[in-house]
Amino acid sequence: MPTHPRPAALPSRLPDLHALQSAFARRSLLRGAGAVGAVGALSACGSDDAGGGGDGEATTLGSRFGDEVPRAAEDAVIAAFTEASGIEVTPNVQDNETFQESINSYLQGNPDDVFTWFAGFRGRFFDDQGLVGDLTDVWTDIEDGFTPAFKEASSNGDKQILVPVLNYPWAVFYRKSLFEENGYTVPETRDDLIALCEQVQADGLVPFAFGDADGWPAMGTFDILNMRLNGYDFHISLMAGDEDWDGDEVRAVFEEWATLLPFHQEDPVGRTWQDAAASLLQKESAMYILGMFVGEQFPEGEERDDLDFFTFPALDDEIGNGALDAPIDGYMMVADPQDEAAAKDFLRFLGSKEAGELFLAENPNNIAAHLEADTSGYSALQQKAAELIGSAENIAQFLDRDTRPDFASTIVIPALQKFLQDPEDIDGVLTDLQAGKERLFVEEG
Amino acid sequence: MTATPVAPPPAPAAGGGARPRRRRRTRLQLLTTTDRVVLAVMVAVPALIVLCIVWLPTLGTVLLSFTGWNGIGGLDRVNFVGTDNYEAITTSYPPFWTAIRNNVLWLAVFFLVATPLGMFLAVLLDRDLKGSWFYRSSIYLPVVLSLALAGFIWQLIYSRDQGLLNVVLGLEGSDRVDWYGDPSVNIWAVLVAASWRHVGYIMLLYLAGLKSVDLALKEAAAMDGASETRTFFSVVFPTLAPINVVVLVITVIESLRAFDLVWVVNKGRNGLELLSALVTANIVGEASLVGFGSAIATILFAIAMVFVVPYLGSILREERR
Amino acid sequence: MSTSTSAARTAPGEQDGPRRVPPAARRRPVTPGRVLLYAVLTLVSLAWLFPVVWAVYNSFRDYAFTAVNGYVSFGGFTLDNYARAWEQGDFGRHFLNTLVIVVPSVLVTLFLASMVAFVLARFSWGLNVAMLVFFTAANLLPQQALLIPLFRFFLRVGLYDSYWALIIVHVAFQMGFCTFVLSNYMKTLPKELTEAAFVDGAGVLRQYVQIILPLCRPPLAALATLQVTWVYNDFFWAVAFLSTGDKFPVTSALANLQGQFFIDYNLLSAGSVIVAVPTLVVFFALQRHFVSGLTLGANKG
Repeated sequence: MPTHPRPAALPSRLPDLHALQSAFARRSLLRGAGAVGAVGALSACGSDDAGGGGDGEATTLGSRFGDEVPRAAEDAVIAAFTEASGIEVTPNVQDNETFQESINSYLQGNPDDVFTWFAGFRGRFFDDQGLVGDLTDVWTDIEDGFTPAFKEASSNGDKQILVPVLNYPWAVFYRKSLFEENGYTVPETRDDLIALCEQVQADGLVPFAFGDADGWPAMGTFDILNMRLNGYDFHISLMAGDEDWDGDEVRAVFEEWATLLPFHQEDPVGRTWQDAAASLLQKESAMYILGMFVGEQFPEGEERDDLDFFTFPALDDEIGNGALDAPIDGYMMVADPQDEAAAKDFLRFLGSKEAGELFLAENPNNIAAHLEADTSGYSALQQKAAELIGSAENIAQFLDRDTRPDFASTIVIPALQKFLQDPEDIDGVLTDLQAGKERLFVEEG
Repeated sequence: MTATPVAPPPAPAAGGGARPRRRRRTRLQLLTTTDRVVLAVMVAVPALIVLCIVWLPTLGTVLLSFTGWNGIGGLDRVNFVGTDNYEAITTSYPPFWTAIRNNVLWLAVFFLVATPLGMFLAVLLDRDLKGSWFYRSSIYLPVVLSLALAGFIWQLIYSRDQGLLNVVLGLEGSDRVDWYGDPSVNIWAVLVAASWRHVGYIMLLYLAGLKSVDLALKEAAAMDGASETRTFFSVVFPTLAPINVVVLVITVIESLRAFDLVWVVNKGRNGLELLSALVTANIVGEASLVGFGSAIATILFAIAMVFVVPYLGSILREERR
Repeated sequence: MSTSTSAARTAPGEQDGPRRVPPAARRRPVTPGRVLLYAVLTLVSLAWLFPVVWAVYNSFRDYAFTAVNGYVSFGGFTLDNYARAWEQGDFGRHFLNTLVIVVPSVLVTLFLASMVAFVLARFSWGLNVAMLVFFTAANLLPQQALLIPLFRFFLRVGLYDSYWALIIVHVAFQMGFCTFVLSNYMKTLPKELTEAAFVDGAGVLRQYVQIILPLCRPPLAALATLQVTWVYNDFFWAVAFLSTGDKFPVTSALANLQGQFFIDYNLLSAGSVIVAVPTLVVFFALQRHFVSGLTLGANKG
């Protein structure tokens, strides 16, 4: 999702890598053994549908996991797969931002057979352009492992194009100890929320941490307000370009936002999300609407264990609070892989619970997409996140994954930042959004 | 070659310099056929490279600016839209005019502050000073820094909550200035950072340029009892005409192409719009707006020409005189 | 200049001394102007250095410490960031890749640009100005504008994902600037220098190699310094024309130190310091050429 992480003045601590790695090594050994059987079966059913070239012996993987933690996890998944199936996987690793920015030329150049990508519109877009392969037959083998919502997010029409591996919820994060110390309770309604904000302010703290220097964090706030006020269906339809941005519905979102804005940190546009997270960590702010990756800013141990969240309360009782953003990361196959059989075998393995568990062993701020993935190693926060996502009525991917990426980056971000600078001028913001929508969504007919 | 001191340099190029300048070049007619072929090859090979890699793609960009295309698939997916992109840019694309303003501002600051400062420092350093390597290196250092580091360095200074600047200025609470976030301030903050780098590299070019000024000339002037300031302005500066032109042109180029710092700060949004950043935002990434971005690039190129053409004209006039 | 007004700084006899060292330098008396000069330079240098020093300072500090105490603090010192950055960024491999890109790019650029500049500055053939513009105006374009056509071009000719594409693009884009600087410099060289050789029957190649090039040492050294810095720090073209992670230049090692959301800035600073070292070495190695003066070049030539 966020395509562009960038300079921050207050980063936090990486998890203690050595401890993690040894824990991880233990786990991979165990899992690796368990995975052998599963993959043996998988490759058996995979080898007879070898449609493309290749003899099912080797495949390549284009990965955006260049940094330490996910790199180790992905390498472990590859090792487990190779051990189980005898198929070699050659990873081609770029850093996350580069990979996302050059995805267009990457897929048109000489891409690897399998590559890391996202669910939702951002995945469908490449299928519409004919650049990615059909994974419907892979899904017949892995289907039991995922909820219908995950299948839907991984599909373009009737065909499946993505194997989901990880996801994480967007919610309102807070420090349990701060809530206890000050006697705050989790708000159930809008009135509760406003009352809580006023109480926090009276205590000399900032109710909501907020930083939008990167442009995308504010999308999370927009998404949740829109889903709470106008419902999931309207939200998705708006994202698809089928609704007007200058209508009453979107106006209501900005008006609600404008009333909540005084409860947020001042001057959000110059602040990175890391700086905002720091104010939550340092107990200067009470709450923060962000993805679960906010935990990366919290030193492992006492601080991270102190982190908790609740889903944003209902703003309209008829609509309730059953929808949320929970972006899914996964893997896709290019349109004409060198070795389709091997690529699909690998994708089947990526869709197995073993793969999900191997990824999760390293990554305390995500949860596995696979239903049966072993959650016994989950932290309390991960458990709660899994429950939240499992019980959600609707799951959106996040604004920049649910709509055209060009609309999200060149129209929505400037408009939201304009609003944050001058919340009075909702008309101007709506005009910009609508004009941009008309230009971009019409262009391709 | 020769051990004799270099002959007096040519007269200043400006004003009365026209005649000596023309005489400086050898006419082709005086050369042998072999020499002419050699000269032709010496120019033709580089010219071919520049033609293929720069000018033909430029033409391509100009053509693309009249189309709508997402950069995917063959050219058959490109549809001609006439001047739609240009209309949209100038009428319904708010960042464009901010970008024009910022580019002009950039040009003005480089021109009036950064470049003169770089020249001034070079002049000060163009003498045998104790520890001059230290001064030179310090001032040049920002030029070699990677963007990531430059971005980080200035974030450390400008960050609203954690930055040094607000601490030093004693601003607290709501009085703190959001140096990177406030669109009325952030362009100036970035310009300081940009100038920090620009000064170093103007200094470097100027240092090299000052070496073409014959020492004998300076000494002669000094012997006459002229002050250093006067020596500089009446003797050194005019002979620097060629390097002055270089520095001038580079300042224009750098101002129009300015990109990396704003991109690192916030992708050129919210007060930091620059034409090159808008081009990138529209062209790079998935579902790119290649036609739209190309139109912005074409406008940028046209603006560049506004600076090149008068410069060209003046050289041509001089050559013909 | 207003800072140093010491008038009669040169004793008449001094010009007869060796040219290597500008006269008047060593025996200059201490004057108020001189003191002011040093004061100004010291102040400017420190001001320029300060931001860098501060970042370097933080590259030696532990993340946990700065996360909790903020950057305006003291303590948490460690060398760990450097070790981790080196290992995690795979610097060894990427430095080598960068070498393969930078060395040919800079050498070919300077070689071709000096040829063009030589022809344009020293011979009159009617198209001089037009050609100079042909080479220089190319630099006015933002590189991003040419991304799509160039990507298509390299894909078509089969150079996509190869170093050739990168080297060719660097040469083409940097040549204009170098040609411009060099031709302007060459114009300042007196015509008599080559005329004598010309009368002696020396061909144009000999004039170029034996007379003009040696005299161009200061601008060549300055340009080499700048070119190395620019090509070295380029990430844009690398991203545009390479798709194999292992082929990426050292700038990508830095990018690999950042995660999808999370950026350890202390680690990144350490990586950036490692990356900056080679360009600084080049600067130190070449600076004596552009600060030591034309007369030195002439004497040696």
